[in-house]
Amino acid sequence: MLETLTDKLGGVFRGLAGRGRISEENVREAMREVRTALLEADVNFKVVREFTDAVVEKAIGEHVIQSLKPGEVMIKIVYDELVKLMGPVDTRIYFVTPGPTVIMMAGLQGSGKTTTCGKLAKLLVSKGHHPLLAAADLQRPAAVEQLKTIGEQVGVPVYTDPSKVAPHGQVQKGAAVAVCRAAIAEAKKTGRDVVILDTAGRLHIDDALMGELKEVNAQLKPHQVFLVLDAMSGQDAVNSAKAFNEQLELDGLILTKFDSDTRGGALLSAKMITGKPVKFLGVGEKLDALEEFRPEGMAQRILGMGDIVGLVQSAMENFDQEETAKLQAKMEKGTFTLEDFMAQMAQVKKMGPMGKVMGMIPGMGDMMKQVNMKEGDIEKSLKRMQAMYQSMTVAERKKPDLIEHGRRRRIARGAGVEGGEVSKFIKDFEQSRDMMRAVGSMGVMGKFKMMRALAKGDLAGLGMPGGPMLKTKKSGYMEKKDRNKKKRR
Amino acid sequence: MAFLSKAYDKLKSALKKTAQVLNTDVRTLFVPGRQINEEFLGEVEERLLAADVGVANSERIVSTMRDRWRLGKIKNRDQCQEIIREEMLAGWAGTSRELTFAASGPTVILVAGVNGAGKTTSIAKLAWYFKNELKKKVMVAAGDTFRAGAVHQLTIWAERLGVDIVKHKQNADAAAVAYDACEAAKTRGVDVLIVDTAGRLPTQEHLIRELVKIRDVVAKRIEGAPHEALLVLDATTGQNAVNQAKVFGQAINVTGIILAKLDGTAKGGVIMSIRDQLNIPVKFIGLGETPEDIAKFDPAEYVMALLGEKGE
Ligand SMILES: Nc1nc2c(ncn2[C@@H]2O[C@H](COP(=O)(O)OP(=O)(O)OP(=O)(O)O)[C@@H](O)[C@H]2O)c(=O)[nH]1
Ligand SMILES: [Mg+2]
Repeated sequence: MLETLTDKLGGVFRGLAGRGRISEENVREAMREVRTALLEADVNFKVVREFTDAVVEKAIGEHVIQSLKPGEVMIKIVYDELVKLMGPVDTRIYFVTPGPTVIMMAGLQGSGKTTTCGKLAKLLVSKGHHPLLAAADLQRPAAVEQLKTIGEQVGVPVYTDPSKVAPHGQVQKGAAVAVCRAAIAEAKKTGRDVVILDTAGRLHIDDALMGELKEVNAQLKPHQVFLVLDAMSGQDAVNSAKAFNEQLELDGLILTKFDSDTRGGALLSAKMITGKPVKFLGVGEKLDALEEFRPEGMAQRILGMGDIVGLVQSAMENFDQEETAKLQAKMEKGTFTLEDFMAQMAQVKKMGPMGKVMGMIPGMGDMMKQVNMKEGDIEKSLKRMQAMYQSMTVAERKKPDLIEHGRRRRIARGAGVEGGEVSKFIKDFEQSRDMMRAVGSMGVMGKFKMMRALAKGDLAGLGMPGGPMLKTKKSGYMEKKDRNKKKRR
Repeated sequence: MAFLSKAYDKLKSALKKTAQVLNTDVRTLFVPGRQINEEFLGEVEERLLAADVGVANSERIVSTMRDRWRLGKIKNRDQCQEIIREEMLAGWAGTSRELTFAASGPTVILVAGVNGAGKTTSIAKLAWYFKNELKKKVMVAAGDTFRAGAVHQLTIWAERLGVDIVKHKQNADAAAVAYDACEAAKTRGVDVLIVDTAGRLPTQEHLIRELVKIRDVVAKRIEGAPHEALLVLDATTGQNAVNQAKVFGQAINVTGIILAKLDGTAKGGVIMSIRDQLNIPVKFIGLGETPEDIAKFDPAEYVMALLGEKGE
């Protein structure tokens, strides 16, 4: 999709490069493409309008006019502006002393509050805190049981009071307040330093339920109130976010279900309408699938460019730090060898849920389906690479350039593969090496270029660790086993 | 028909609330006698966008208006309302929204959707509808064995509604639950069996495959089953709903959509794109959290509600 946006913008500006002058008309035309991209990503239309107006002003200024490649510069302006609007980044949770710090979760039905409570509790535990979960969703049948189970899973106590559960869905006045109050008292008694209040999902126009929430807010004064919002939300996200913010004074936003293939424009809408920072993203059903928010990747995703930054980063994070540092130094110096490449391959396995990251890339989902891979294929191809590597001399491993026709035949025979496969193996390595070098020194535009390579299906050229393993149909194999490794059931 | 008008009242009152929140009344848009101009057309487009109708459809509708206006065929704003209605309703003509029932033996309805869409609640609503409106013997199957509390949730609904339930323990094989439910439905002479499933995202291929497996099990146990495979969509969902419909549609051959949570301020206009691209009809709408908050989907009513037009 970035492809199309870049292409479209390229089209708008074609022939203008070098002439040094771009009319307001050109910029406006380009903005129409940007507008469509944003609307298709579910950014609210009012937010889109504000956004494009602001960008037009910027673009008509110096940047574009002085540029040689106006299309790319336009994208950069759009991207930078998006990043700016989604910031400033503040993913901190503020604690009070003496405790307990009270955090309240609010949101529409089905947005993912209960699961997010569990994730947050787990995160806090990992940072040395001792949270207590409070089951204040007294409306949805079995919501209390759900939180209890989640509490067990993350090893955090859950305060419940079954007597307060609404018998037939009717709101019982004061019940939620009572549960929250008792939970806070319990936390004090048992020395828990954080209380997370799981509240019932409600429509922002439901007066009875919003009243209940306001009551909890007014009486117990939670130190932080987070709105939990479904990343797949459409235009209406602004209405609910606005209403919750007005009635509760939110402190932050948590967007859930970002492991879907939504472009996630609701995030931008909610951020803009509330002015409150996005704290976390929910990226899976597992209770550790909560990530701190980074605007850079999100801007690309909303524009339909895929979370390339996030992809590279998450790959990096899961790498052996030392090993990665070593590899990086080599890349920068341009001394990345086939040996390193194989070490990198071994690391790829640790990279984690490919499905998760791949899903972030527009078009990838479809592409992966087309590949039609059998389980274990990847294992096989890894083995073949290993075999080819083993058949090489030390000199060849250090300097694959040495491998001409004769050597190639020898290696192929030794590894029991076709000669062509050896060539491809080396080519993959070279691409990986070149792109790895580029990633280190990559600016925004570089990442865009990379994205374009990606959209063409040229994953080997991605230059991210593991790139060579993610092939499209044309070139054969694709990482699949790792994708399924994190199967939840 | 009392049922339908009740639904319409519900929709109307939901829209009244919409107006309160947005502080605008959609009816102010198509003022009779007021002339069309570009500003007005821009506003119509934004209203359509705001309802999640999508860029392509919104632009198409507005350009139809613009063309007719420029050709002098229409002049006043209220005439545009007709165009919207025509444009929006045309695609729905001729699609059946009736449920398919088994000729004999239990009718099986498989319910699927993304996490939190409203599946379980919609099942409670369907169960209520079949039992109370159609006087059928209903059974539900707790096929969400994954999410914490899910089995319990459906159990509570079954108790409240007085319908049978087949369930296993949490983390049991969902297909096994479906299997047992089919057998139980046959032996107990159940008319309608509704199978709940865990929420899953279109990106989770292994879970989509699991859903296919559940469908296959059901198909093996009962002839012609599932007679309906209903996808629950959250009306607040944006353009991603198209992809949901695509993926679930391919996996289990979705026969209809339940558009849940229409009692909020979201309009679920994305169903238009789903209709155009995939031709999956919306069969029911969800209008609240209690079992009676269900209505059959009626395109004319829906469009009226979408536009905020007064009912007779
Ligand atoms: N206002 C409103 N709320 C609804 C509607 N349908 C469902 N809900 C609420 O949405 C929340 C989630 O509904 P569920 O039925 O549990 O959704 P689900 O799809 O089964 O969720 P999972 O099983 O967790 O994937 C609950 O709080 C429901 O009460 C509706 O039509 N209107
Ligand atoms: Mg459910």
